[in-house]
Amino acid sequence: MSQYKVVHCNINGKDVEKVVDVRASLTDMLRNEYHLTSVKKGCEVGECGACNVLIDGEAFNSCIYLAVWAEGKHIRTLEGLMGPNGELSDIQQAFIDETAIQCGFCTPGFIMTAVEILEADTLYTDDELRKLLSGHLCRCTGYENILRAVKKTMYRRQGKEIDF
Amino acid sequence: MNIVGKREARIDGYDKAAGRTKYYEDQMPADALYVRIKHAEKAHAIVKSIDTSAAQAIPGVVRVLTCFDVPDISFPTAGHPWSMDPAHCDVADRKLLNTHVRYWGDDVAVVIADNEVAAAQGVRALTVEYEELPFVLDVQKAMEDGAPQLHEEFPNNILKHTGMRLGDYEAAVKEKGLIKVEGWYETPTVQHCHIENHGCFAYEENGRITVVTSTQIPHIIRRVVGQALGRPWSDIRIVKPYIGGGFGNKQDALYEPLCAWCSTQVGGRCVRIDCSREETFVSNRVRHAIRFHITTWLRQDGVIAARKVECFSNQGAYASHGHSIVAKAMGSFHQHYPCPNMESDCYTVYTNRPVAGAMRGYGMPQASFADESNIDDCARAVGMEPMEFRRLNIMPQGYKDDFSGNVNYNDTYRECMAKGAQIIDYERKLKEFANDSGNIRRGIGLATFWYNTAVYPIALETTSNRMQLNLDGTVTMQCGETEIGQGADTVYAQMTAQALGLKSYRDVRVISCQDTDITPTGLGAYASRQTYVAGFSIKQTAQLLKDKILQYACEATGVATTEIDIEDGNIVRKDDRQPIMSLSELAMTAQYNPVHSEHLTAESTFTIRSNAYSFGCTFAEVEVDIEMCKTKVVRIVNVHDCGSLINPALAEAQVHGGMSMAIGYGLSEQLIFDEKTGRPLNNNLLDYKLSTFMDHPKLEAYFIENPEPTSPFGTKALGEPPACSGAPAIRNAILNATGVAINRNPINPHVLFAEFSKAGLINDPWKEEK
Amino acid sequence: MYDMKALYEADSVRHAVELRLEHPEAQIIAGGSDVLVQMREGRRAGKELISIYMIDEMRGICIDADDNIRIGSLTSFSHITRDPIIQQYINVLGEAVDQVGSPQIRNIGTIGGNTCNGVTSADSASTLHAYEAIVELTGKNGVRRLPIKDFYIKAGTVDIRAEEGEIQTAILIPKESYANTFGHYIKYGMRNAMEIASLGCSVNVRLSEDQKTIERCRIAYGVAGPVPMRAPSAEAVANGGKISESLVDEFALAVLNDINPRNSWRASRDFRLHIAVEMAKRCLVESIKKAGGEIA
Repeated sequence: MSQYKVVHCNINGKDVEKVVDVRASLTDMLRNEYHLTSVKKGCEVGECGACNVLIDGEAFNSCIYLAVWAEGKHIRTLEGLMGPNGELSDIQQAFIDETAIQCGFCTPGFIMTAVEILEADTLYTDDELRKLLSGHLCRCTGYENILRAVKKTMYRRQGKEIDF
Repeated sequence: MNIVGKREARIDGYDKAAGRTKYYEDQMPADALYVRIKHAEKAHAIVKSIDTSAAQAIPGVVRVLTCFDVPDISFPTAGHPWSMDPAHCDVADRKLLNTHVRYWGDDVAVVIADNEVAAAQGVRALTVEYEELPFVLDVQKAMEDGAPQLHEEFPNNILKHTGMRLGDYEAAVKEKGLIKVEGWYETPTVQHCHIENHGCFAYEENGRITVVTSTQIPHIIRRVVGQALGRPWSDIRIVKPYIGGGFGNKQDALYEPLCAWCSTQVGGRCVRIDCSREETFVSNRVRHAIRFHITTWLRQDGVIAARKVECFSNQGAYASHGHSIVAKAMGSFHQHYPCPNMESDCYTVYTNRPVAGAMRGYGMPQASFADESNIDDCARAVGMEPMEFRRLNIMPQGYKDDFSGNVNYNDTYRECMAKGAQIIDYERKLKEFANDSGNIRRGIGLATFWYNTAVYPIALETTSNRMQLNLDGTVTMQCGETEIGQGADTVYAQMTAQALGLKSYRDVRVISCQDTDITPTGLGAYASRQTYVAGFSIKQTAQLLKDKILQYACEATGVATTEIDIEDGNIVRKDDRQPIMSLSELAMTAQYNPVHSEHLTAESTFTIRSNAYSFGCTFAEVEVDIEMCKTKVVRIVNVHDCGSLINPALAEAQVHGGMSMAIGYGLSEQLIFDEKTGRPLNNNLLDYKLSTFMDHPKLEAYFIENPEPTSPFGTKALGEPPACSGAPAIRNAILNATGVAINRNPINPHVLFAEFSKAGLINDPWKEEK
Repeated sequence: MYDMKALYEADSVRHAVELRLEHPEAQIIAGGSDVLVQMREGRRAGKELISIYMIDEMRGICIDADDNIRIGSLTSFSHITRDPIIQQYINVLGEAVDQVGSPQIRNIGTIGGNTCNGVTSADSASTLHAYEAIVELTGKNGVRRLPIKDFYIKAGTVDIRAEEGEIQTAILIPKESYANTFGHYIKYGMRNAMEIASLGCSVNVRLSEDQKTIERCRIAYGVAGPVPMRAPSAEAVANGGKISESLVDEFALAVLNDINPRNSWRASRDFRLHIAVEMAKRCLVESIKKAGGEIA
């Protein structure tokens, strides 16, 4: 039996709508209907964080979020961070500068959680940052440089520099 | 102008930060059919029949294929170079789908459907009739007479046994006054857990088969797919896009052969196999669980007089990389701590467990755990401080290994230990922590590791390279040594720019994605070989291109080739280093010369006939909460001598990743199996305890840069070494903290509870009352 | 793509009750972090789902007319942790659910889902037991309330009556439970994030005015038995007891009379018993400290 539904939402600042199979996860919808392939599939059961996106400002694993729940929501993926001329946001640049990227597969999910953290406009401690970022697994970096990238950007946004 | 040796950003960093890097699934044709695999739910059995009727009736199901349909061809899967010596070829012991099920998770059938739900439903609808056989999970039990037999050609399930004898062990141990330190050391089955699961898609085009796959070894995969399908190797084209980590799992033919074959069974239509995480844990590859038995004989002064090492390597159901892993492990002992009288034996044994293959460290995380645990126990037995004991016995400067030809040119071990000790304040902490007696006890420990670079002389080491001068003065470079996330492309760009005299590594266009139709033959990413081996062919190919460039520049400018050079992207006079022509001008002139047009390119292959030691150590500081049976790593410091660093930022990042894996190996990671059925119990990322962001302290990576004489860029292995010494360093820190020597990893709370109870650190009075 | 037979979306509590009566075989899905995972695994494949996730009236925390803290069943863990009412009166619940899975799971996971799936390891469950929470169910005949200990029937089974069209709509913490209490929760996991509890222990105390005596103590565990459970013997030891190290020890040992953890591949019974005693001790000590008491 096929069951479809029109889902209206705002993705990366743009109001959009598509007919979606109700069985689809939000990952399926974003990747297949909107070609937002920064949304990665690493486990599809909410354990790795590779498919993480922001929904109304909060981080969600899109693999265990039904596409139909996106109705009326504001969704942001990594694709939405880039400026019109290809400018990277500060947090993306920090990931490059701090060598926080290796294979790159966990990167989009991590950066989106970092966006939520940075938008809280709070100077977190290292332990708090570790906890806030703990919904993502990475096998390449040992998380070390990811912590540095997020911390550096957090300080910069507060008008402070940090020396490691 | 030094381009090599600088901290430079990755050349693929922008795209990865932007989320637009394309991995295999991001290139998936929209019409690809879904292949789902039916995995056996028996540890050992013969498939008698498979009823496919219900599956075939599901709307969307295109084809159901079973173990009774596949070609009768056994093939090997290891990502090893081909050997012209048949005796040295990998063991060919599996088919595309297997009627003889040898582990829980073996592949017995596939359902091909036009959507993923139908494919999954189809797999669930299959009814498999099995004849159950007894199974064996333990490596030594599998060697016993009468044990369940996995492969008829290998009696007692022994895939291979090799040994080594130095001096006269039996005579040596009779020396009076020797102290014997003996232990059994047990290492677990773990999995690579790259965040991108393995997957691939295949289709036919003009009678050939293309497979786009998440692999480390495209050229080797081409050969294995050819073998498995009984097709000429050039019928196969393998494309490797960006891949989301491999760590050795993808140094094996995983599902490429099956995927290619499935395409041929549906008229060459595109088919996709996407491993789920659960499949990745069980039906890809795992790291060998190796059990060691070490007996060390010490003189009163702490000198090792004789040593005996036995290694039992749990291969699982199929040969994959087989004996080469435990052979490497065994071969490290006599070099790491040279001693005149040694007896070593190692066995690779089939069991009804998931297939063990290559994983970061290739036997050395296991050997390091056993060796360095035993060494700390030795130090205690003679009352020596563990670092002092190591200084006394570890490989000296000038040591030469006759087999590989490797020479310990510098006193690397002692330099690394000295640096690590100073950074972590080892001696002071050792004294301070000795006073802890409460529930929380602090400890500090160290471990060193032995490693080498690439695979010479065990197997062929070859690398090819192609370079072309572009019209804008940049250079395109292409090789078969693959970027898998480690940053290989970036260091290739740095080495190429350096070798050619370009202005920046950004002037090198590295073709990151390999295509076996196009890419010069190279073997791929493994054995920590990339930077070392590619260095040879980059140097050689760059020289060829440079000669051509200078030749043409001589023709264009009239200045003799002996008088000119390339510097900062310009042809310069050697005497005053003044530019006489830019490379762009030269390239344009050469390309569009109406009389003598030339496209300046070079290509060459280099056969490497050397190897290089790569050593280092880990210092770990821990806090043990005895009652809660928990270990907290407070500090961890790795020091490596991997020669000259090509890119220190990437080198540090590599070390961090290895340290992280080592923390997991030491404290939490283990794939476990139900003893009654052989079923894996925790093959998912919730129950398999990969360390998270909250399980690490700051990771501290340091280097000693002794340039490696055999390498054109002074470099040697770094990819795998960081994963080797962390676990035993943590083990030794726990020993230092608590006095309890734990001879198995991971040292998780279950193990601590058992060990602390045995040692009397934990007393549960109610247990005695019962 | 999930292998589901059909999806019915409820837009209000009343609609959910109607859908439940129409489709008695259908599985309710709130945040989905359990149901969807099981569906992916194949365990619930091919099932019909009733989604209640979009019912915003089931979200939020307030103090109701009877001074109960009322937590809408769809309130996510992260919203519970950040809620000022929770932080003021029952912060331990916020701390407990802040240890569920990961930040993303805490954004999708709901307290209703955490209790309705009936698993003993739920991080909210031991604290809710220790506060004698009341579960509110809404069905065709209106609202039914029952103590949380009666809500749990056996492992994986709770008292929700599909034939009545019931769904869980709120969890209430009575004032008598939360007033002037201080609590502490310890989750024992094998790692520090993305973890399922090997054992969970939640303690709360109310001290005498001079802060020398424990007026009332409650302790509950997750994974110490097939469903979350209180440890009444231990509570009896602590209640009215003068705060001292020996009281703490006696209290902790007394839990052995109450709990009955099992052997499984995740942890042995002996190991769980051992850490249960230690965790009781540490939770009580922390609770006393938070309440302003000192341990002599």
